[in-house]
Amino acid sequence: MSAEIASTDGSRAAGPQAGGLQITVLNKVLGGRTIIDDLNLTVNEGELVSLLGPSGCGKTTTLRMIAGFLSPDSGTIAVAGRDVTALGAERRPSAMVFQNYALWPHMTVFKNVAFPLKLRKLPKPEIEERVSNVLELVNLLHHKHSRPGQISGGEQQRVALARALVQEPDLLLLDEPLSNLDAKLRVKVREDIREIQQRLGITTVIVTHDQDEAMSVSDRIAVMNGGKIEQYSTPAELYEHPRTMFVATFIGTINRIEGGYRDGRIVDGGDIVGIRPEDVHFSASPVAGSMPATVERIIPRGHFHEVFLQREDATLRAYISGDVPPLGSAGHARVAKAMIFRDGQLVDDGARRTSSVGTDAVTHG
Amino acid sequence: MTTTDDTAAIVAQEPRARLGQSVRMRSSGAFGSVSGKVLIGVFVAFMVIFILGPLLWLAVHAFASSWTFPNLWPNSWTLRWWQTVFSDHALGVAVQNSLVISPLVVLFSAIICLPAAYAFARFDFFARRTFLVGLFATNAFPKMGLFATLASLFYALNLMNTVVGIIIVQILGTIVFMTWIPAAAFAAVPRSLEEAARDAGASRIRVFFSITLRMAMPGILVAAVMSFLAAFDEAQGTYLVRAREYFTMPTEMYTLVLNYPKQVAAVFSILLSIPSVVLMLAARKHIMGGQLAEGFQIR
Repeated sequence: MSAEIASTDGSRAAGPQAGGLQITVLNKVLGGRTIIDDLNLTVNEGELVSLLGPSGCGKTTTLRMIAGFLSPDSGTIAVAGRDVTALGAERRPSAMVFQNYALWPHMTVFKNVAFPLKLRKLPKPEIEERVSNVLELVNLLHHKHSRPGQISGGEQQRVALARALVQEPDLLLLDEPLSNLDAKLRVKVREDIREIQQRLGITTVIVTHDQDEAMSVSDRIAVMNGGKIEQYSTPAELYEHPRTMFVATFIGTINRIEGGYRDGRIVDGGDIVGIRPEDVHFSASPVAGSMPATVERIIPRGHFHEVFLQREDATLRAYISGDVPPLGSAGHARVAKAMIFRDGQLVDDGARRTSSVGTDAVTHG
Repeated sequence: MTTTDDTAAIVAQEPRARLGQSVRMRSSGAFGSVSGKVLIGVFVAFMVIFILGPLLWLAVHAFASSWTFPNLWPNSWTLRWWQTVFSDHALGVAVQNSLVISPLVVLFSAIICLPAAYAFARFDFFARRTFLVGLFATNAFPKMGLFATLASLFYALNLMNTVVGIIIVQILGTIVFMTWIPAAAFAAVPRSLEEAARDAGASRIRVFFSITLRMAMPGILVAAVMSFLAAFDEAQGTYLVRAREYFTMPTEMYTLVLNYPKQVAAVFSILLSIPSVVLMLAARKHIMGGQLAEGFQIR
């Protein structure tokens, strides 16, 4: 067995992918249920990738297999060009930040962070220096001698991050790192994490169910559903060109209407029409392609309002900033762009509407 | 109440009861209302009378030259009984035996039971629950029956009148404590703390000693104290094994009760309670520290 692994190891090291993470045809069945189904994922060196999906989609299982707490039924995991599939968590070049931080309560902040280095039997002065450096990086040097129980949740989170970073891992893994923080702190901490990640250029995988979080920190996002990756793209690409209905609904908000779409209106048909609220424009007077609409419901959202516009063909959600038309008032609504999905797959993203190809596609609806 | 055996039992229970009492008193702070306070007050007074009353009776007896029923107070005082006890050669030996045997019992009990406790806490194996409940078997039936059967086995194995025999008998009484309490303590150690240590590069053995065992320590300490007290107080089984050369303090008391006036037994039972009380006070700080919950995501 070990000889076999050694040979795979050798061939992989010679491969073109030097750093980063490479997962190939990963499978995992737990309790008779397929959790991970032929999953492939490549994370480039220095890249920050989010695994995003609803609970039960397999994102945490994937992370635990990358970390080495679970072994896959089949498939390989390579970190920094080395096959680590057969290695236990303690021998992998990755470091993980746990959802509940998992700080050891009987050790001080300093000892928590120093523990991985102590295990590596580094000389004491070096441990001292590296721990101090990393605590300074996360702004916690003043809490060196505190116990985890004496500091706030945000600070505990940074200790957990420091404990991972001090190992100088080839791969940093974060399991729902922000879910235990309150909303305000969450935004700040995720910016901190992104800033540190970019400064150190460390390859990072974050597991999250929060699309906002994923969109704001990631270089690329892997949207997971049912143990598979639905789409793996940059945040902008995911939003603009969601390849499936699942991605379109999971990332951002969308008007989801059954039927077809022709000349700016919903018509009968067997497809799903997806319209982003920001692509629905409301005006007092008619414009080209608009239809009469009444304001049915208004939800204040801070700097903008979410407005439900009832048209003859459908009720559409729209975002309006500035002056909001009063409830029940009549006006005109125009759809600037619509995506068409057939059997859950995107068949027309609406972006090339003016081109001949786009028009052809639309007529199917 | 007048038999010394009963008093000995009360003395032995006293430290445990006191532990429970101080826990209750601490929670009374949150229990703000006046009627609540009165209720707590009545309860505390009740507990004090029940716990300290017999102790007081015992203490008075230990210094009374004679104290008979119609009198509310002894006629005269004396230190004679203390002299009797301390001049008795057997006492020193009994104290020595007790102080050697009880820690040994705790040690062996820990060696046998802690791995089992860990297994109960962390692994799901065949008939796990049955085994766990089965541990209560020794406590579920009258001990005498068990000891009688044990005696015939001991004769067959030549364990009668041996220290090993006494240790085995006393371990029986500690098994439930040494398994159930540490099992709960091990189970309470969050797995993610162990995983974090493995992720940091610790081997499984290192994880166990640096994290799991360290965090379960308060629970194990409680179990050790309870086991020590159980072993220290064990008299029936030890008496039955009848190690003539190896009298422990409780078995020595049987002899004293039979051969001397009850004042001597009173003196002896006070002496018997000293190690328990000292142990409780020493362990209290560590047990009550509440370090287990500290710093983890439990708020």
